[in-house]
Amino acid sequence: MWSENTESSMNNTDLVRQSLKKRYLKEQIFKAVGMFSIVAAIVFLIILLADIFTKAMPAFSQTNIELEVTLDAGEIGVGTNPTEQDLMAADFRRVIRNALAKQFPDVKKRKEKRELYSLTSMGAEFQLRDMVIDDPSLLGQNIKVEFMADDDVDAVIKGAIDRTLPESDRRVKDQKLAWIERLEQSGQISKQFNWHFFSSGDSREPEMAGIKGAIKGSFFTLLVTLALSFPVAVAAAIYLEEFAPKNRFIDFIEININNLAAVPSIVFGLLGLAVFINFFSLPRSAPLVGGIVLSLMTLPTIIIASRSAIKAVPPSLREAALGLGASKMQTVFHHVLPAALPGILTGTIIGMAQALGETAPLLMIGMVAFIVDIPQGITDPSTVLPIQVYLWADSPERGFLAKTSAAIMVLLFFLVAMNAIAIYLRKKFEKKW
Amino acid sequence: MKTLKKITLIAGVIAASQIQAAGRDYISVVGSSTVYPFSTVVAERFGKSTSFKTPKIESTGTGGGMKLFCKANGIDTPDITNASRRIKESELKMCQENGVDGVVEVLIGFDGIVVANEISSHDFNLTTKDLFLALAKEVPTEKEGELVANPYTMWNEVNADLPAVKIEVLGPPPTSGTRDAFVELAMEGGCKNFSWIKSTKKTDKSKYKSICHSIREDSAYVEAGENDNLIIQKLQKNPDALGIFGFSFLDQNIDLVKGSVINGAAPEFETIATGEYPVSRPLYFYVKKSHVSEIPGMKEFLAEFTSEKAMGEEGYLTDKGLIPLGEDKYMKVKTDVLELNNLEL
Repeated sequence: MWSENTESSMNNTDLVRQSLKKRYLKEQIFKAVGMFSIVAAIVFLIILLADIFTKAMPAFSQTNIELEVTLDAGEIGVGTNPTEQDLMAADFRRVIRNALAKQFPDVKKRKEKRELYSLTSMGAEFQLRDMVIDDPSLLGQNIKVEFMADDDVDAVIKGAIDRTLPESDRRVKDQKLAWIERLEQSGQISKQFNWHFFSSGDSREPEMAGIKGAIKGSFFTLLVTLALSFPVAVAAAIYLEEFAPKNRFIDFIEININNLAAVPSIVFGLLGLAVFINFFSLPRSAPLVGGIVLSLMTLPTIIIASRSAIKAVPPSLREAALGLGASKMQTVFHHVLPAALPGILTGTIIGMAQALGETAPLLMIGMVAFIVDIPQGITDPSTVLPIQVYLWADSPERGFLAKTSAAIMVLLFFLVAMNAIAIYLRKKFEKKW
Repeated sequence: MKTLKKITLIAGVIAASQIQAAGRDYISVVGSSTVYPFSTVVAERFGKSTSFKTPKIESTGTGGGMKLFCKANGIDTPDITNASRRIKESELKMCQENGVDGVVEVLIGFDGIVVANEISSHDFNLTTKDLFLALAKEVPTEKEGELVANPYTMWNEVNADLPAVKIEVLGPPPTSGTRDAFVELAMEGGCKNFSWIKSTKKTDKSKYKSICHSIREDSAYVEAGENDNLIIQKLQKNPDALGIFGFSFLDQNIDLVKGSVINGAAPEFETIATGEYPVSRPLYFYVKKSHVSEIPGMKEFLAEFTSEKAMGEEGYLTDKGLIPLGEDKYMKVKTDVLELNNLEL
């Protein structure tokens, strides 16, 4: 009996020992698979970011051509004391053309001249005009101005167009290339940081296109979204958590809020088109309508986050307040809500970040549009950052390739910043119970 | 608690202060994504060189634009709609029924659709018949009146002169206007070469359309999305494939892709302008006559668009790839716009 027992216990230990190896192996495999997934995810992220970053780099610098222009009042077609309106209508293009012709006096043919004049951007004349409007005393002077170069010139300087290719395969022909090289040798070509990209609206010329209009459009849209969804969502969450009776009707509402969070966003766009634009005749393409539509989308997100934040406040807090004679209302607003606020704000910011990256519902309400003027309010036509990315990605001009990636970087920057604020708020105000 | 109140209050106040009385002081344009790149250029110059606001241009597609445009005549509807085909009779009727009285048609120029491949790859010398045989869902056999599912997999099976390369064409999806135009001009152009199919046009129009307008759904035709830049990138990766896209994209990427010759004409500026290149379509926009006096800047915008320096033979729109009108047509368009002549179909 005794020996049998020892034998069987020996056997058991052996069995365990044997299976132990197998079990460790399983654990090793599982850990390896887990590690592999994380590494793969990180590699993909790095590839994506590196790709966007390298493609975006050219967009942050702008090639300029320095030319000496003679601002003769007669030449641009204004009198001696021109008003701003006169200057608006004046012909500054001619001055720039004269400067180019002076630099390359051997260009005579009409077609060649046309090529020559396309060295500077179409925006150069407006650049000069704005300079003169700012400082009318420049009239009559000889000044050196750094004009924006055309996107083709920009591409040559940045190496996006290969100078060694045979002429027939190159967008910029030999003659134009020779002009560019002459300008380069005389030191008239320079590159500088592209401030213009952050200070102007959309344009059809890659060198003139900027992101400010889209940033402001996104800002106004999110403002409307925040103003509408935050109070409503917090009120709904408080009512459902603190005041609502437990019955089937309230259960039904809860289920529907969860369902609403899963509705594809394009559906909200259709709703916005049918209700706000067609029925209430609010303006198309306006951040007002965009914000209303997006607030429908973010409402459930904020409600769900707020409810769990309120739920996490320990009941002892409420009981203590009630025990000291506070009313239900006072308990909620003086004690529960401040304690739940970090969670609520985190949920709100994440909801806002979601709204910032959303395009689908905005397609339906006319925000996919070419808008040059920077919006000044919530009823001005405007577009938003992700839609600007979409519009540029669709443009034929090669220069927009870099602009697209640069716009993606700006969008990512705002998303990361918003999420960082959410994390910061949570860390700062979070209480451990 | 205070922060919460503050956030709500501030956001609310800013939002409320922004709402101003409506009353549009900018031009609103909707419509075709093909006309969009041209329309936007004019709008931008117009906005920069005058004291009027820059027109707002939405890219909604031709059909979607017509719907918005013809919904009503009120000030909250678009003033102009762009179209990559002529307005249909039914659309004009819808306009009139909804109280849009007076529509001015403006023909702005032509756009070519090219079939292109990677620059160092084979040269293709195609005919519309080749395109039809290579891409149709069903092709006619030797026997008259008989159709079989498209059996061709190689270009040299379609036409012995073509290179021995697998048929693989990247093109736009059915929602695209480029696809509509390609089907109508290239496919139908080739389809008509078969006399018995041509004669069905009179007897059974819907059958004729289904033969000529159906593109095969196997791997030989790949729907590559609406983004033409994407098609060009895919052609780089796959030198054996051909891609279908607008002429302006070929013009901008001449160092990366080359256009195939179709019916003996290469896709170049001149051949498209003369109509020698077979796959080109007219581009239009339509204007609400009553809005010309109501919206500030309308008259000036129309003048800018139809000016010699924009639409003319050497205008800035041609730099963007628009194929200009001939002299006669241009003069007619210009007078129509100046006198705001009503469109009659």
